[in-house]
Amino acid sequence: MIAWLVHFAGVLLQTCRDILPITVIIFGFQFLVIRKPLANPRKITAGFVLMLVGIAFFLEGLNMALFPLGTLMASQLTAPEFLGIPATAPRTWLTYGWAYGFAASLGLTTALAEPTLLAVAKKVENVSGGTIRAWGLRVAVALGVAFGLALGTFRIVTGTDLYFYIVAGYGVVIVQTIFAPKVILALAYDMGGVTTSTVTVPLVTALGLGLAATVPGRNPVLDGFGLIAFAGLFPIIAVLAYVQLAHWLSNRKSKT
Amino acid sequence: MLKNRFIKQLFSSLFDLLPILAVVLFFQIAIIRQPIPDVLHLVLGMLFVVLGLALFVQGLEQSLFPLGESLAYAFARKGSVVWLLVFAFCLGFGSAVAEPSLIAISNEAARIAGQGHIIADSELAKSDYALGLRLTIALAVGVAILVGVLRIIRGWPIYYPIIGGYVAVAAITPFAPKEIVGIAYDSGGVATTTITVPLVTALGVGLATAIKGRNPMSDGFGMIALAALLAMLFVMVYGIVR
Repeated sequence: MIAWLVHFAGVLLQTCRDILPITVIIFGFQFLVIRKPLANPRKITAGFVLMLVGIAFFLEGLNMALFPLGTLMASQLTAPEFLGIPATAPRTWLTYGWAYGFAASLGLTTALAEPTLLAVAKKVENVSGGTIRAWGLRVAVALGVAFGLALGTFRIVTGTDLYFYIVAGYGVVIVQTIFAPKVILALAYDMGGVTTSTVTVPLVTALGLGLAATVPGRNPVLDGFGLIAFAGLFPIIAVLAYVQLAHWLSNRKSKT
Repeated sequence: MLKNRFIKQLFSSLFDLLPILAVVLFFQIAIIRQPIPDVLHLVLGMLFVVLGLALFVQGLEQSLFPLGESLAYAFARKGSVVWLLVFAFCLGFGSAVAEPSLIAISNEAARIAGQGHIIADSELAKSDYALGLRLTIALAVGVAILVGVLRIIRGWPIYYPIIGGYVAVAAITPFAPKEIVGIAYDSGGVATTTITVPLVTALGVGLATAIKGRNPMSDGFGMIALAALLAMLFVMVYGIVR
């Protein structure tokens, strides 16, 4: 217990260093440029302390639960006993079907439950005058993340080049950009970053690293990363596709 | 009052974790059907994650967000482009440095690099590598927010910098060391999570509202995407020059 407290104090101290820059920046600009006193200094100080303790607990929890969980799922889903094959049997990418299934369901559910996405989707529905539905947008993003993660898992299992997938994805986005309504572009591009939340990122990273460590012939250094990139790219494609579909449908309706 | 808000916060961070738990439990119970080692440790860790996230978001909402937002609006109205750009860069840089998932992932990247003997497998080398990675990404986010603000002021369309960025990523990847490419591609999504997204969106939407002829919908967004792209580019350059 005492050893843990000392360890936790160390984490706290490090977190102090991490949030120091943003604190200095915010207060510096507040006092030097805006030159207005703080409205509620006590509440704000308390807020910074809460942030500090929160990050420390969060990081500790990640190391205790989310990272090990991702690694555990990766090793269980690729273990020969689970796959029901002898340890030396030859394996193809089809052997790891459940791993893709797990990645896809993880992507689908976390994106649907993501609060930032919900807020943005509601805003878009209002601004677009109802042509773009909040639910449609959320489902599109969630399907994008699910497909992206499944494909990313497939890439890790097969050990193919990340570069190829991402450049191909970019090609699709560029073509869609030419045809999509310009108003929605900035928002669609942002969707990639919005869907990968603080909780999802560590779990997905651990899953990728774990898969690369357990699938024979893969190397975590070369193959382990890249899942987050997939989860960021495919929602853009899905949102652009959905918006185009929605526009096309509403155009057709207004013509008839 | 405060207590109630905190309990609400706890529930909302539990809700963040719930889909993950549901999927993991479903796979454990229905498909894998093997005993989970060290369940107690996992459950305790989960509780830490929920508690930590709740405290963190509560703290953000009563300190950094109101301050950052009021600063963003004040700068947007002030009219000094130079100060606005300086502020934009600092805001991006500072919030990325404090981003908790970026801290965790860069440590993980350093651990993997140490195991793969890309860097020396010592504590010092690893913490140097992790810090270098984080500062590179933070620099990228800072520059991206600066460019994004400039874009909103000038009214440039978003797709020029994005497509330009895509082309640059595609062009630079063959020259980057193979072991950095995966981390570089991931860094975009990692850099922009809890702190950066709301602060930067507030800045963008505030600016687009304050400047005449700008539409908060089409002009206020786009900075997160820029940040993700620049992070990829900067990390690859970091891998090349390191």
